[in-house]
Amino acid sequence: MMRPIATTREASGTPTGRLAVWWVIASEIVIFGGLLAGYLMHRLGHPEWASHAANTQTWIGAFNTFVLLTSSLSAVLAHQAAERGDGVRAANLLLATTFGGLVFVLVKSYEWTYEISHGMTITANGFWAFYYVAAGLHALHVVAGMVIMVIVSVAARKGRELQRVELIGIYWHFVDLIWIFLFPLLYIAK
Amino acid sequence: MSEEGTQEVHEAAHESHHADDHHGDHHHEESFFMKYLWSTDHKMIAMQYLFTGMFMALIGGFFSYAFRMQLAFPGAHVPGFGTVTSGEYNALVTNHGTIMIFWVAMPVLIAAFGNYLIPLMIGCDDMVFPRINRLSYQVFLLSAIVLIASFFVPGGGFGGAWTAYPPLSSTAEYNLTPLGSTLWVIAVALEFVAFLLGGINFITTAMNSRAPGMKAFDMPIVVWMIVIASILFMCSVGPLIAGAAMLVFDQQIGTFFFDHARGGDPILWQHLFWFFGHPEVYVVLLPALGIVAEIITVFSRKKLFGYKTVLYTTFATGILSFFVWAHHQFIAGIDPRMANIFTVTTLLISVPIAELLFVYIATLYKGSIRLTTPMLWALSFIAEFLIGGVTGIFLGASGADIYFHDTYFVLAHFHYTFFPIAIIGVYAGVTFWFPKMFGRMMNDTLGKIHFWGTIIPFNLIFIPLFFLGGWGQHRRIYNFQHYPELAGADFQQLRVLATVSLLVMLGFQFVFFFNFFISLIKGKKAGPNPWKSNTLEWTTPSPPGHGNWAELPNCYRGPYEYSVPDREDDYWPQNEPA
Amino acid sequence: MIEQYVASLSSYSGDIDFVIILIGVLVGFWLLLAEGIFFGFIFKYRAKDGVKAGYVTGEEKEYTRPITWAHSLVLLCDVAIVYFAVIIWVDVKQNLPEADATVNVIGQQWAWTFEHPGPDGEIDTEDDIRLVDELHLEVGKTYHYKLSSNDVLHSFSIPVFRLKQDAIPGRTITGWFKPTGTGAHDIQCAEICGIGHGMMGARVIIEDAETHAAWVQSHSTPMLADNSPEQGTTDEDR
Repeated sequence: MMRPIATTREASGTPTGRLAVWWVIASEIVIFGGLLAGYLMHRLGHPEWASHAANTQTWIGAFNTFVLLTSSLSAVLAHQAAERGDGVRAANLLLATTFGGLVFVLVKSYEWTYEISHGMTITANGFWAFYYVAAGLHALHVVAGMVIMVIVSVAARKGRELQRVELIGIYWHFVDLIWIFLFPLLYIAK
Repeated sequence: MSEEGTQEVHEAAHESHHADDHHGDHHHEESFFMKYLWSTDHKMIAMQYLFTGMFMALIGGFFSYAFRMQLAFPGAHVPGFGTVTSGEYNALVTNHGTIMIFWVAMPVLIAAFGNYLIPLMIGCDDMVFPRINRLSYQVFLLSAIVLIASFFVPGGGFGGAWTAYPPLSSTAEYNLTPLGSTLWVIAVALEFVAFLLGGINFITTAMNSRAPGMKAFDMPIVVWMIVIASILFMCSVGPLIAGAAMLVFDQQIGTFFFDHARGGDPILWQHLFWFFGHPEVYVVLLPALGIVAEIITVFSRKKLFGYKTVLYTTFATGILSFFVWAHHQFIAGIDPRMANIFTVTTLLISVPIAELLFVYIATLYKGSIRLTTPMLWALSFIAEFLIGGVTGIFLGASGADIYFHDTYFVLAHFHYTFFPIAIIGVYAGVTFWFPKMFGRMMNDTLGKIHFWGTIIPFNLIFIPLFFLGGWGQHRRIYNFQHYPELAGADFQQLRVLATVSLLVMLGFQFVFFFNFFISLIKGKKAGPNPWKSNTLEWTTPSPPGHGNWAELPNCYRGPYEYSVPDREDDYWPQNEPA
Repeated sequence: MIEQYVASLSSYSGDIDFVIILIGVLVGFWLLLAEGIFFGFIFKYRAKDGVKAGYVTGEEKEYTRPITWAHSLVLLCDVAIVYFAVIIWVDVKQNLPEADATVNVIGQQWAWTFEHPGPDGEIDTEDDIRLVDELHLEVGKTYHYKLSSNDVLHSFSIPVFRLKQDAIPGRTITGWFKPTGTGAHDIQCAEICGIGHGMMGARVIIEDAETHAAWVQSHSTPMLADNSPEQGTTDEDR
């Protein structure tokens, strides 16, 4: 499909793709913000939730944080490669980032399997309900990011649409950032 | 991105673009499927939204017919529906409200007009992300299908009011509509996603794709309004999306976010809902105000009185709108001291909106006013919305709201705001841009008949409701004969008056549909600029071809240079060189 | 105007009516002024042959001055409205004058249960009088109400008192009122609560001291084990 001239214009000084990603992120911030604000209000009103929160596995959470941060690093390197026009390297680094996301999701699956089989289900109490909804919504965004990343890497490998490497990188950093908020709220605050 | 990188990418894009540049010519005949169902052209997507919205308006209007018949003639058989049970009544009012806001006002005002007008008014060939645009409509269509499906599942449609307060909405034992309730929430959530997707296009296109020479303050007001509305929407809907997920989980998998017995809080939903709900009313108001601005300037041949004032008051309103939400919850059980804060902010927000309306009225000063059909609609918007606005003060003042909350006074207030927005604004826009969209003129006589046949009955429906509300009549009650103090003949007469007026008003809508379709086929052919307007959409053929212009225009001035002294013409199109 | 159909029967209903009328007068003035100017302009500036429209930017001093005046006046009106609205709000919702008696109000799908103090004058004791859909009060006495819900949100509304308060399951909300006139009047549920919401009408019966005392005496049998109304609707109510 031919790209409209509209897409190439830049009256604001920022390319359209980047502008769009920032607006998407703005609306996502409000979604997670609303959810986390609700969680915080409940947590403040329910001191007994601390006893439930004590059961989250901080080491696994920390490992996942490390994995995401590392994957954000490879996303940055991918962007640098794209800037230089090296589509193949950018694609490989994007796949490395995707792999990081995969590790995150697999670790989380293991974590949740353990918790669910020990009675810490979404319906057990308010804390776990927020835990699964917040972390689950985040995980959905990780998976969506992985899918888009693979698609972008396919074109990048052929040297096409390299500007999208930066864009999916911005999105990935955002996903990372949300986790940086979730980690202390769900794992450290005990 | 680095300078070089950007330059390379743009050159590449331009080259590939020029290689298969086919603006203005049809280099292949598109199949019906590609042209009408799978199009990425903003004008076609706009039509899809417009027609879907109009179809949903028929459903929403039919629901209002059914429940008003029940109110005027309790227990009687309603032609075309049957008798209305108490449960069906609740589902009718719930879905009437939900449909009119989410499946009529938003798609038509924002998505249809936004999609149609923004690229044309800023002088470019399409939205910046045509495939996301197409996706947004598809998600929207899906949301409409899910909502309609909710009426036909066992148990029937959701009946817990468009506000869906739990525990009623979260617990099947209480609402008795387990499937309908979940489908309703999913439909609303999908609609939100559709508009988030659409909003990306509106905002990015307006920010980036303006014609060379068109500064931000040269954009027509309606473009600004749709963009600001999209920003407001994007910044306010998030918490409710979270809330919707929480509600569906409560409904279906046994979580208890909103169930106090197990540690949840029903009031949390109310905050999540209204934090979005209040900005939402401005989300739909702003595009309607934009449409009115375009029309009153053209038909009074006058510059808008204070372009920047309009923008600044709109920004102020938008920002303030995030700080007033709990005026919907004064007596809901929130800390009473909070109510005092929200009374102050709520009365404060009336100031910029009042200012905006004053600016519109001032635009008529020293004008040369032609009362065409679109102008009648635009002017009636101002007259009716003034009533809606001032009656809101009764509700924003906490002490008075103790009495008026949940009465028909509220209902009358918001119909005096929503009807101008969703009905008057839409008719204003459709009658004004019909020539551009379809290349033909609508019949002005039929237009005027339709106008008067709508406006007069509208007032006869809702003025009685102010009185009934003031006299103690509460909302969402299917039969007032159960209440000795509300069952009297004089009250019932007012209910009958409102219902009969509704029937008359609904009848006159056939005049519009007749006019619309007959004009499509046999209307007088329209030139590019039948109204002698300044804005860029009137410089292309009617209707515009694929790509809108053979050569994209430049912009030399603002949009409202009408009746400039020492010029022969009383208008000065934006693309005409100085 | 409201009193034409809805009597003003509590110690604060008159104050609420005052705020409503104040708002009515102030916004009415601005509404008529705005509409008057609006229609005046439409008439005066209708298109005439050979007469061109003016060119007005809106930044001219001759126009911005009256608009600034109008602004300031509107703000003043807002301040006045806020002042009186907040005063009455604080009185009704934040203050809690000492009670002569307390009643429990329990909403459920789809009826109101009212628990009145029995002959011992105390609520939550053995001899409480429990009625469904009927609230008996003595004129001139200050009452606290303790409002709760057994299931979903309901809302306790007595139009003649100009009173309204949402009932939330799991919470007991305390408010007050003081009836100032006798009579029998409607109570409505003011929050949609399911298919029977329209059938949750109740009655408030305000009596003078003698009649009320007699009523209390006549109901002085201990509460039955389960006096709560049946859930669900009956066909005859359709």
